[in-house]
Amino acid sequence: MKERQLVIVGGGPAGMAAALAARGAGVSDVLLLERDQHLGGILNQCIHPGFGLHHFKEELTGPEYADRFAARVRGDAGIEVSLRSFAVRLTPDRRVSFLRPGALEEVKAGAVILATGCRERTREMIPIPGSRPAGVYPAGLAQKMVNMEGWIPGREAVVVGSGDIGLIMARRMALEGVKVKAVIEIQKTSRGLVRNVVQCLEDFGIPLYLGHKVARITGRDRVEGVDVVKVDERFAEVPGSAFSLACDTVLVSVGLIPENELLEMAGGEIDRRTNAPVAPEVNLTSVPGVFACGNACKVYDLADWVTRDSELAGRLAAEYLGVSPA
Amino acid sequence: MVRDVIIVGAGVTGAAIARELSRYRLSVLLLEKEAEPAFGVSKSNSGIIHAGTQNPPSSLKGWLCVEGNRLLREELAWDLGLDFARCGQLIVVFDAADLPELEKIKREGEALGVKDLQIVDRRWLDAREPNLGPEVKAALYVPSAGIISPYRFVYALVENAVKNGVQLRTSSRVTAVSRSEEGFEVTAGGQVWRSRWLVNAAGLYADEVSALAGAPTFTISPRKGEEYLLDKKREHLANHIIFPLPSATSKGVLIIKTSDGNPMIGPTAHDTPDKEDLSTTDEGLAEVLAGARRMMPSVDRSDIIAYFAGLRPASGKDFIIRHEDSVPGLVNAAGIQSPGLTSAPAIAVMVADILKKRGLELVPKAEFHRLRPRPVHLFQIPLEETRRLIEKDPAYGDIVCRCELVSAQEVRDAVKHGARTLDGVKFRTRAQAGRCHGGFCTTRIMKIMQEELGLRVTDITKRGPGSELIKEERK
Amino acid sequence: MKRLMTCIECPQGCRLEVEADGTRLISVTGYKCKRGQAYARQETEAPSRTLTTSVLTRGLELKMLPVRTSKPIPREKLFAAMEAVKRIVVTSPVKAGSVIAPDFLGLGVDLVACRRLEKA
Repeated sequence: MKERQLVIVGGGPAGMAAALAARGAGVSDVLLLERDQHLGGILNQCIHPGFGLHHFKEELTGPEYADRFAARVRGDAGIEVSLRSFAVRLTPDRRVSFLRPGALEEVKAGAVILATGCRERTREMIPIPGSRPAGVYPAGLAQKMVNMEGWIPGREAVVVGSGDIGLIMARRMALEGVKVKAVIEIQKTSRGLVRNVVQCLEDFGIPLYLGHKVARITGRDRVEGVDVVKVDERFAEVPGSAFSLACDTVLVSVGLIPENELLEMAGGEIDRRTNAPVAPEVNLTSVPGVFACGNACKVYDLADWVTRDSELAGRLAAEYLGVSPA
Repeated sequence: MVRDVIIVGAGVTGAAIARELSRYRLSVLLLEKEAEPAFGVSKSNSGIIHAGTQNPPSSLKGWLCVEGNRLLREELAWDLGLDFARCGQLIVVFDAADLPELEKIKREGEALGVKDLQIVDRRWLDAREPNLGPEVKAALYVPSAGIISPYRFVYALVENAVKNGVQLRTSSRVTAVSRSEEGFEVTAGGQVWRSRWLVNAAGLYADEVSALAGAPTFTISPRKGEEYLLDKKREHLANHIIFPLPSATSKGVLIIKTSDGNPMIGPTAHDTPDKEDLSTTDEGLAEVLAGARRMMPSVDRSDIIAYFAGLRPASGKDFIIRHEDSVPGLVNAAGIQSPGLTSAPAIAVMVADILKKRGLELVPKAEFHRLRPRPVHLFQIPLEETRRLIEKDPAYGDIVCRCELVSAQEVRDAVKHGARTLDGVKFRTRAQAGRCHGGFCTTRIMKIMQEELGLRVTDITKRGPGSELIKEERK
Repeated sequence: MKRLMTCIECPQGCRLEVEADGTRLISVTGYKCKRGQAYARQETEAPSRTLTTSVLTRGLELKMLPVRTSKPIPREKLFAAMEAVKRIVVTSPVKAGSVIAPDFLGLGVDLVACRRLEKA
C-alpha cells in the first residue's frame, strides 16, 4: 500500500486552504481528493458575490474566490490533486480507500484532513406533510440546476426557510423570470444575512412571511401549491390563519448538516444532534491524526472563516506529522 | 393481432402472473397505466415476506401467503437474483394477559402450515433483540418471515417475463373494454388491443377495470398507510421484523428491516375515499412514532430521513381471485392487500390454473429462461469485489450518489433495464434514496438519462407524464 | 424625509438612518465604515447592483460560465441585462477576469468571467 504524508478529502475552500497551509508549514507530500471534475466544491455554484471581503479585502463571487485558491493548488508541485475521486473508507489507523473511474485505490496516510463540507437539510427532516410531487427541491440543488446547467426548474416558486441559500435562490429565480411568490420562515427573524433580505427579497418585491410555516404541499405529479399557516411562540398553528399559495416549485432552505460519514467509519465520535465531530477544539476529532475542517467541522456562514480555520487545520496536521517549514 | 392474454396492471400481482404465463407458448401483453412497473400499490409496500401467520386458517390469502413464501424462498429468490433475506419476525405483547392471543396466532399459523413457530420469553428476546423496550413481555417467533425489496422484486419479474416474450406497455391506462367474437377489445394508451383472455390485476382500480369489462361485482376501498424510513445508521436497530399484536383492521405499526438497510416504521391504516391520496400527515407521523417507540424506545424523530404513503387496495377481508362467469374469459385478481407481495407467486400459479380450467391451453415453451442475472449494487458487495468490477468496467468507479454509493454504471444499467424516470432509477439503484435525497446526484443522474435515452432535460420526469422536473432549458 | 435602510456593502448589514429630499441625500447615521456612508448616498440617488449570473458556453468544460458585471449597474437595468446575457454564448477558453462583453449594454461596465474554463 502506498504511503502518503497527508491525505485531504475534499477540494472545496476548506480542503484547498488546508492543503496550502500544510505545505507552508512544511508538509512535503499532499494528496487532495476531490469527487467532482473540478476543484472548488460548492463555491462553483455560488455565483453570487459576498466572498473574500475578509480574506482578500475585496468582494468576489464564489467561483472567483475558488479560482484564486485552485490556481495556487495547481501550481504547487507538492500537492497531487486527484479529481473524480470518491473516498469510501477510512480506518482508525488512517488507511483511506477511494474510487475513481477505473480504479479502487488505497493509501496509508500519516495524517488525514476531512474537508467534506455539508449537505442540506431536506423537506423530509422538518418534515413537511402532504403529497410528494416533482418540483420540491433543496435550494442548493436548484442552485446547481440553474447556475451550472441552465435548467430553470419552474415558473412560480415558494421558498421554505430564509437561510442564505434560500434568499439567494429567491433572487436568482426572480432574475431568471420565475415568479417567486413568498419566502416562508417559521422563526420570528430571518436566518440569513440582513443584506440578503434586502438585496434578494426587497429589491424584487418578494414577501417574507416570518413566524409562518408550510403546513402542506399539494399536487399529485407536480407541485400545485402550498398551504401556509401562522405559528405562535411554541410553533403551534394559529387557528384561522391558513392561506394557500399556488406554485409549481418549492425550494427548501432549512439549514445545513456537516458530512462526517467517513469520520464515523473511522470510529470518530459524532454529535448526534449537529452531526459535527465531538472534540475539544475546532478542527480536531476523537481519532488521532484525523482532522476535520470547514463545514464538515461546523457550519460556517462565510467562506472567509472556512478559509481561516482550515488553514489552521493544515498547520495542525503539519504539527502532528512533526514537520516544520523548510 | 389477437393475443392470448392481456394482463392489466404491472404491480407485483400482474408481474408475477406475466412471468408465470411466460413459461408457456402464449402471446401475453402486460398493460401498465403508470410510466413504469411497480409505480402503483407495489412501490409503497413495506417489503415483508410474511410467513402466513395473522391470517384466518380458512382464508384464501392465508394459504396463498404460505405457498408464496415457499415459492419465493425455494425458487424465485435464487432464479431472479432477488434481495431476499430470511430474518424472521417477532410478534410482541406488552401484557402477559395477551399470551393466549399469541397462542391463538400460533395455532392458526400452524393450521395453515407455517413451520417452527415458537413463543419466546423476555430472556430469549434480550439475547437477540437488545433494543426492545421494557414493556415487551414475550413474543411469537416466526422464523420463515423475511424481507425483500418490493420494487426490485417487481422489476425482476417483469424483466424476466419480457425476456421470455411478454410484451410490456407502460403509460397505458385502460379506458374501455368491449367484447368481440374472439374475446376482448381493450383500449389503453390510445391503442386498441385484442385478446381471448383478460386478467385484471389493476390494484386500486381493479373494480373499475372489472366494471369496464362488464363485471361490476366488487368495489375497492383504499386504506392508507404512512411509512417512515430511518437513516441507514440505524440499520441494526432490530434484527427481526417486529410486530405488535394485530388489530381488527391492520397488523399494527411495525419496525421493519428493509433489504436496503434503512429500517422502516409504520404503517398506519386509515380508510380514505381517494385513490390518489398519497399524502402524509402530522398525525400519521405521531401515531407511527408512538407505536414504534413502545416497542423500541430508542427510535427518534431525528432518525427519519424519508416518508411516504401507500394505499392498500382492500375489498372486504380476503383476496378476490376468480373467473367472472358473467364475463367469460375475465379473471380477476383483486383486493390484493397484505400479504399480497408474498402471495404474488402463488396467485400467479392459481390464475394460470383458472385459465387452464377454463380452456386456455398451457404448453410449456421449449426454452424458458428461468434465471435472471442479479444486478450489481456496490452497496451490497465488499470493496475487493468492487475493485474487480472497476477493473473490468471503469464506470463502476465513477460514483454518482455518495450517500448510497451508486456508480454511473449502475445508473446506466438501470436505464438499460427499463428505468425511464428519476423514481425508476431510485427504486432500481437507490441513488437519491439516502439522507441527502438527491441533493448531490440528481443533476448527474438526469444527464445520464439524457445520454442513454436521448431525451431533452425538460422531458425527464420524476414518475411519468405530468411530473416533469425542469420547465425550461437554456441552450 | 427620513428612512431606514440596511447597508448591503458587506455581510455586517449596518442599519442606516438616512435623511433625504427626494433623490438628494441630506444626512446619514448608523454606519460603521465609510462604505456605509457611500452606500446611503448611492442608494438614495441612484441604486445600483452588481449582476452575477451565468452564460452558455460551447465546447468548453462546463455548460455554463459564471459571469459578473465589473461594477454595479443601475438596479432598474437588471432585467434588461439578464435578457442580453441570454443571447451570449462563450466559445473560447477564459480566465477569471476575461472580458466577455465590453461596455455591456452601453452602461460603461464590462461583463467578465468569474472562473477559468478550458476546452472540453
